[in-house]
Amino acid sequence: MKTKRPVNLDIGTIKLPVTSYVSILHRISGVILFLAVAPLLWVFEASLESQQSFQSLQEWFANPICQIILWGSLAALAYHAIAGIRHLIMDFGIGEDSFESGRRSAWIVVVVAIIAIAMITGWIFLW
Amino acid sequence: MVTTVTNLGRSGLSDWLIQRLSAAVMTAYLLFILGYCFINPNPNYEQWVSLHSALPMRLFSLLTILSIAAHAWIGIWCVLTDYVTVRLIGPKATAIRLFFQLITIAITLFYTIWAIDILWGI
Repeated sequence: MKTKRPVNLDIGTIKLPVTSYVSILHRISGVILFLAVAPLLWVFEASLESQQSFQSLQEWFANPICQIILWGSLAALAYHAIAGIRHLIMDFGIGEDSFESGRRSAWIVVVVAIIAIAMITGWIFLW
Repeated sequence: MVTTVTNLGRSGLSDWLIQRLSAAVMTAYLLFILGYCFINPNPNYEQWVSLHSALPMRLFSLLTILSIAAHAWIGIWCVLTDYVTVRLIGPKATAIRLFFQLITIAITLFYTIWAIDILWGI
């Protein structure tokens, strides 16, 4: 392959549609989730290890740094799952017929994800 | 034909299918846990342990961690082969990508073994 091939797609200068943002956020949330498995497994382990460790989680969840890590992990999980379900539905041939239907389902993902993340935020920080 | 050696299924079609099957398993697990927490919002320790020590639940959790491992391996591979390329970051890209791919595989194996240790240590 020649190393000096011209490349016309300079992403930084292109105005992107909502579908692009939904897609790149799916990737970013996926990478975050890969790292979030560690704290989530740690919580899972503590919740099952003993009565004491189960109860100590209550104190951990009161700590702001733990709350932020938990919020980031669950928000990434919610977004990634919702955007992933859109892909699974599209794989069954639903809503992948036109750019308009793709744009519409991308907006549905944005709205449903905002609602889900608002609920997670309320559960962690306000409840 | 050039065969890629660092992706999970050694073929794009196989990776595509594994990615979707593992997604379905993880979604089912997530919905199950959400449903459990909805019916029983504040489980005590005994209830939580009895849920997770039942064999069907252990197998469901095991299937889920295996799905997480496969899904993450394939997903991170896609991200690395899209962005950590010679065109985007220069001639060192291949070595850097291989390094991150090996780290990904190591972390994935670590997660899987850790989860099995938790599940069969209850």
